[in-house]
Amino acid sequence: MTTKNEKIKNNPKETVEMSGSEAMVRSLVAEGVDTIFGYPGGAIMPIYDALYDFGHAVKHVLVRHEQGAVHAAQGYARVSGKVGVCFATSGPGATNLITGIADAMIDSTPLVCITGQVTSGLLGTDAFQESDVIGISMPVTKWNYQITSAEEIPDAIAKAFYIASTGRPGPVLLDITKDAQFAKLNFAYEKCTKIRSYVPEFPTDKKHLKKAADLINGAKKPYLIYGQGILLSGAEKELLHFIEKTGIPAASTLLGISALDSNHPLNMGMLGMHGNYAPNIKTNECDVLIAIGMRFDDRVTGNIHTYAKQAKVIHIEIDPAEIDKNIKTEVAILGDAKHTLRLLTTLLDEKKHTEWVNEFLQARQKEEEKVIINDLQPSKPGLTMGEVVRLSTNLTDNQAVIVTDVGQNQMAAARYARFSTSRSWVTSGGLGTMGFGLPAAIGAKFGAPEKEVILFAGDGGIQMTVQELGTISQEKLPVKIVILNNDFLGMVRQWQELFFEKRYSFTEITSPDFVKLAAAYGIPGATVSDRNDLEPALKCMIEADGPYLLEVKIEQEDNIFPMIPAGATVSRCLLGTDEL
Amino acid sequence: MKQEYIISAYSENHIGLLNRITIIFTRRKVNIESLTVSESALAGISKFTIVVNEEKEKVVNIVKQIEKLIEVLKAFYHTNDEMIFQEIALYKVPTQALMDSDQIEKMIRSHNARILEITKEYTVIEKTGHKEETQALFDGLNQFGVLQFIRSGRIAITRSPIERLSEFLRERDALFAKMEAKIK
Repeated sequence: MTTKNEKIKNNPKETVEMSGSEAMVRSLVAEGVDTIFGYPGGAIMPIYDALYDFGHAVKHVLVRHEQGAVHAAQGYARVSGKVGVCFATSGPGATNLITGIADAMIDSTPLVCITGQVTSGLLGTDAFQESDVIGISMPVTKWNYQITSAEEIPDAIAKAFYIASTGRPGPVLLDITKDAQFAKLNFAYEKCTKIRSYVPEFPTDKKHLKKAADLINGAKKPYLIYGQGILLSGAEKELLHFIEKTGIPAASTLLGISALDSNHPLNMGMLGMHGNYAPNIKTNECDVLIAIGMRFDDRVTGNIHTYAKQAKVIHIEIDPAEIDKNIKTEVAILGDAKHTLRLLTTLLDEKKHTEWVNEFLQARQKEEEKVIINDLQPSKPGLTMGEVVRLSTNLTDNQAVIVTDVGQNQMAAARYARFSTSRSWVTSGGLGTMGFGLPAAIGAKFGAPEKEVILFAGDGGIQMTVQELGTISQEKLPVKIVILNNDFLGMVRQWQELFFEKRYSFTEITSPDFVKLAAAYGIPGATVSDRNDLEPALKCMIEADGPYLLEVKIEQEDNIFPMIPAGATVSRCLLGTDEL
Repeated sequence: MKQEYIISAYSENHIGLLNRITIIFTRRKVNIESLTVSESALAGISKFTIVVNEEKEKVVNIVKQIEKLIEVLKAFYHTNDEMIFQEIALYKVPTQALMDSDQIEKMIRSHNARILEITKEYTVIEKTGHKEETQALFDGLNQFGVLQFIRSGRIAITRSPIERLSEFLRERDALFAKMEAKIK
């Protein structure tokens, strides 16, 4: 007798009768899902019951809170390039996902979130654990859909994965009523390849391509800025080829980090409020600005009315709604970055912009002397975030996946971590979600098990999702956690110092003994506060076979510089408090 | 400068899409002056006609966001000059008022309105036109006491000779064919 598995494998077109729950799990397997982050509950129990028989095909990771599940799915998606999947039950389970879904929406992360729902007959009756998750998630999903009958399951899953992963990626939520999970259907799975009303990607406009090439070839001071679009379309090689052929200096947005080797001579660093000095000020000095796979976020542009006014702007972007949204362009090329860059580079002249690149290097030198040297070779005894981060990436040959929380720890990591492989930087950019780091690091480790995963979190953010130490402990997951503890909500304190006359309103925060807390979860750890102990402590952490927590007591009132004050022009990139 | 724009969107007839569209306006704190949704000439495709009083830049942004929705086929925006549009209004007046003088009858004639139903107590009058026109009739009738009044959302068609949706669907078919050919 042939088993159900063999029957499905041998005749994929032929239908087999099964429950909606089993069809759900089989559909996920058919989409290549190997890891699910989730938390069971009443309305999703039939799916969990079906999952019980699929341990050989799918790894389910039990988190400690649904927010942890969705952030883990994000971390997994960001490092692996695959769609992240999470499960939650109805009502509070589903609403706990919302922060992570909003984060994934603004940062274009492909997710399929599956939530249980009360039986269809109870919809709209305020039943136990009923919430209108379709309504609640509508503004923060690329697409969502409520499944109320078992027959809809295979098509809905196929559509969900297609929508989440194509075009500009994003989160999709499927809400499935309990009766649809129990009901039987005749199952056959077919992937979705087309939706009439949805064009994931437009064909390249050859005229626009030519116009862009002419502008770039004629430019004296061309400047390239890139975002996550490079990583999402897998255009790392195309980007490298573009800048090496044209000699054009390049800088990254916060989410574009790791798309280009940090040590590449044409990599000028990071844009934005706490980005590098040269990339910011040169924005207002270039003559042609080539923006690829980025969306001119306000943290990048500062005041848009004084942003790159002297430059002709070329925007290469997959999402038509981003064109001319914030910055008016001279030429816009719709399409994915990989394909467009490949076509564009063939039309470009080989050049070296030596003088122009030297201008960047001079500006970099200024930042080096006023900021970087104090962060990396401090003369004062207190440890800086910058030196901890740089030493960590040095000790891992710039190969580690770096995950951050949000705030000063994030900016220090973005500025001082070094990368030589792509998809090794995971941070919450658009939404700036404190508490993102620890669960995202869990997901990143599952997404890239062969890589070292190091989390940098502040003492504030880590406490927002610290219960996920339980997940790490249960999975014996070798995630390396560095808590940069300054006993403050550092970024808010910095703003209070600079813009609110040092009125430190509710930014002093006490913490538990983090090493003891980790020990309670069976996770080894240590604390350092002396510079001489830092390197051995980091080495010890990196060499640990399992998870490890290192608390680093750092200087309490350090600030992150450079800084463009909110709403100021990118030319006003301050290198210290004295420039305020 | 703020002015009236008519946004038209064609979409699949799916549950929840109206909500997805209206939150695009709500999020930007843009008020919807009028809204009509009904099946288009093509079965299964709905047409939304939305009137807003806004700046052009915001309208362009909103139209792009509407078009970005998975189930929306195409969205357009037009000024009032570029479209032919109508609204419909129904008025209920006491029948006694028609009996007392010929003024209401004259008003119905001069406004090109018509009577839908007459009972002993009330008479229902219908008028189509622009808002100012249906309002003018209301003001006239209200001298005699309008018992009930209702005005519909706006419906509109472009001044161009062809239905833009058919043109668009042909383009989309060609686009998909081209992209499929590229994959093969």
